Amino acid sequence: MKQPIKFTVNEETHELLVRPEQTLLDILRHELRLMGTKKGCDTGDCGACTVLLDGTAVNSCLVLAIEVNGRQVKTIEGLADGLELHPIQKSFVEHGAIQCGFCTPGMILTAKALLDENPSPTENEIKHAMSGNLCRCTGYTKIIDAVKAVGKEKTGEVS
Amino acid sequence: MEASVIGRRLPKPDAIAKATGQAEFIDDFVLPGQLYGKILRSPYAHARIVNIDTTEALKLPGVKAVLTAKDIPGNRMGFGMDNEGLKKDKVRYIGDDVAAVAAVDEDTAIRALDLIKVDYEILPGVFDPFTAMEKGAPLVHEEKGTNISCSYKFVAGDAIAALAKADVVVTNRYELPFVTSCCMGTHGCLASFNADGNLTVRSTIQAPFIYKHELAEALEIPESKIRVIQPIISGAFGTRLDVYSYELACVTLAKKTGRPVKIVFTREEEFINSRNRQPMIIDLSTGADRTGRLVARVARVIADNGAYNSWGATTPVVGMTTVSSLYQVPNVLYEADIVYTNQPYSGAMRGYGNPQSTFAVESQMDELAEKLGMDPLEFRLLNSNRPGEINPHKMKITSCGLPECLSGAAEGIGWKEKRGAQNNRGVGIAALQHVGGGARVYRSDGCGAVVKLDSVGRVVVLIGSTDMGQGSDGIVVQIVAETLGIKPEKVQLINNDTDLTSWDAGCHASRTTFVSGNAALLAAEIVRKKVIEVAAEMLNLPIQRLVFRDEKIFDQENTDKSVSLSKVVRSMHFRQDGQMVIGEGFYDPPTEMCDREFMGNVSAAYAFGAHAVEVEVDLETGKVKVLDYVAAHDLGRAINPLAVEGQIDGGVVMGLGYALTEEMIIREGKVLNPNFLDYRLLTICDSIRAKKILVETNDPLGPYGAKGVGEPCTIPVAAAVANAIYNAIGVRMRSLPITPEKILAALKEKNK
Repeated sequence: MKQPIKFTVNEETHELLVRPEQTLLDILRHELRLMGTKKGCDTGDCGACTVLLDGTAVNSCLVLAIEVNGRQVKTIEGLADGLELHPIQKSFVEHGAIQCGFCTPGMILTAKALLDENPSPTENEIKHAMSGNLCRCTGYTKIIDAVKAVGKEKTGEVS
Repeated sequence: MEASVIGRRLPKPDAIAKATGQAEFIDDFVLPGQLYGKILRSPYAHARIVNIDTTEALKLPGVKAVLTAKDIPGNRMGFGMDNEGLKKDKVRYIGDDVAAVAAVDEDTAIRALDLIKVDYEILPGVFDPFTAMEKGAPLVHEEKGTNISCSYKFVAGDAIAALAKADVVVTNRYELPFVTSCCMGTHGCLASFNADGNLTVRSTIQAPFIYKHELAEALEIPESKIRVIQPIISGAFGTRLDVYSYELACVTLAKKTGRPVKIVFTREEEFINSRNRQPMIIDLSTGADRTGRLVARVARVIADNGAYNSWGATTPVVGMTTVSSLYQVPNVLYEADIVYTNQPYSGAMRGYGNPQSTFAVESQMDELAEKLGMDPLEFRLLNSNRPGEINPHKMKITSCGLPECLSGAAEGIGWKEKRGAQNNRGVGIAALQHVGGGARVYRSDGCGAVVKLDSVGRVVVLIGSTDMGQGSDGIVVQIVAETLGIKPEKVQLINNDTDLTSWDAGCHASRTTFVSGNAALLAAEIVRKKVIEVAAEMLNLPIQRLVFRDEKIFDQENTDKSVSLSKVVRSMHFRQDGQMVIGEGFYDPPTEMCDREFMGNVSAAYAFGAHAVEVEVDLETGKVKVLDYVAAHDLGRAINPLAVEGQIDGGVVMGLGYALTEEMIIREGKVLNPNFLDYRLLTICDSIRAKKILVETNDPLGPYGAKGVGEPCTIPVAAAVANAIYNAIGVRMRSLPITPEKILAALKEKNK
């Protein structure tokens, strides 16, 4: 039996009828056509489908659609301000933290959740926060650099 | 003219699209009327298909087509044509493709799979290559009469005799596991037919033109009716070189339904059904004389091919060159058998047989050095290749920075101070050689490029090469920008559509920077020549005095005198005998295919490198901690150091996974860990900040001096780690991955 849900994605309200077994990932991609959220494993192991749910980074493949009723979701499409990139996106681009780019949306959103809570994380804090996001191309080093650079910028720390 | 774009640290051209979620990967395409396909896979490792009943599946509402082997025209594919799209008579591994469904959505397609009834007659299977080679073993392909798919033999001098006379000989067995590419995005294919019968295939492929050819042959469709569009490729590392069985089904489903059909692998399918690095057993002997000069090497290699051939069945062609030629060895015997088993079938993965060979060769170099009482670094330097060498395969070593890489890596890790510190810490080193200037594995190793300059100064490059994430598009852009004196941002690159681009032999063999870079350079030079002639007329100056910079053509003796590129182009258009400003370049390196004896200069340049690592081993837990890492690479020239660093960082971590954690665990043909929880990919917590040494040898044929570097970054890692572990705790680990369990067992054995 389909259930009605009402929730916001990137500040836009959506009302949908969803089946109980549908995941947030599936409705983002298939119903709302927000393809920036990637399906890497569908079992919560890779982090490619990370979105922010009320500001917290979650694997959207492990969240049932009915659970998001009344809540706020942010996806990668909601991060830039028009054509102006979010500082984290800009930092990923400039630091060479993107190769194939499949893990990138999830990485960036996990980084956002971290930086919102802890504006100037240490390398270890970055590693801890992002350990659920896998990447096969970059070896992670430049991802760490990119996140660190945003952190420093925010606190005015000079590298 | 001073280089202004070459050597700059620039972001990838597609980085912004990837950072914003705009980049379209295969699963992001949804065409009007699109159906979703799924493959029914064999639950048995080896079984005869007695009957398939699709009646109930076809009755399920939403199901539009169900296919079995008989529905696929042609249906023959694979290297040596040993494979089918859907299997007609027999399945040969757990996961083999049996039937296919197209339905209105994925859930319906999955439900339909459950309704297909297949009667199997289960056959005994073979699950390791040694058993498979025994007399009377079940045959994976009966018609071949043997489980040996192909054999390779390379001979130089008389290695057996030389080994018998050598002062010092080391013989050992090295075991390499089945590991997998783990691209973050899985394989996928989206096929659609136009009403005129032309086929468009979107596929996660890294060699689109060869794919088009092979797909046409497999399905008996004229190649001229096929257009291949590549989505953004979510990593590849070699796993996307082959046409896959499911793609024959996908195209046929689209044909049968008249609607676009998309099949995308689940992560479990990606583990079990994609082409991965071949497991190998390498029995290696190396002999040296008392002065430390290598005199002979003998290798006997057995590779587990799995159920079918992929391009991976040819990896010994690369693996043998490390055995014979990483160092100067006058006498070589290399023999390899590629053996069918009822296992998932293997392919090529970053290094094409070379990571396996290098682990054996570079581990044994340390073992031999110890027996000789020599320092492993000195021993390597003594036997190192140098510029001007011609190796036993008649490969011509031109630029070669191997000695510099070895010395640089050693110095960077603190070799002298840290060797044998006796505190459970140790340092190790390993070198590599790989093709770096293309690899002539097909009759053409070429790439076509077109550079188009328009009247507003916008430059478009149409090129056949594939960027699968590594950054080659940016390199091509930089080369064109440099040649035309424009900003890289002004260059648009199109390379994802075989209707627009020209032949390229594909993204493999670390060839893209070298071959495509040269093709783009040729095309850009033609544009430059056309423009400079008109500019000379306009400025009333001799061509020799003109330089291209900042989107203008300057008089180099009087920089106040200039004309903009766009003005020149407009003047070429707005005249009676006007002309377009298009340059075309086709670059095919001056190389030769190797002959039946594996002789031939297959690459126009060779890449070299050395990695040094410091590890600490916990004697209680057996855990290896990487403390420091130095990667030195002779890459000719770093066109984009940021991209090079990315290749090194990623290659090192991938290599550390191969060394320490990664293994597809297969029992009786069943993959026990087809997910990221149980297959241990390194995470951000395991990342290591490698120091990089870029040895720029400026290759004479490389575009602006560059050679390939993509695969090399991962090749020597495991050997360097094993050598460091030996240096730390005195146990020699000859089987990958070097898990804590194996270390503890080795320590127990040593302390007996």
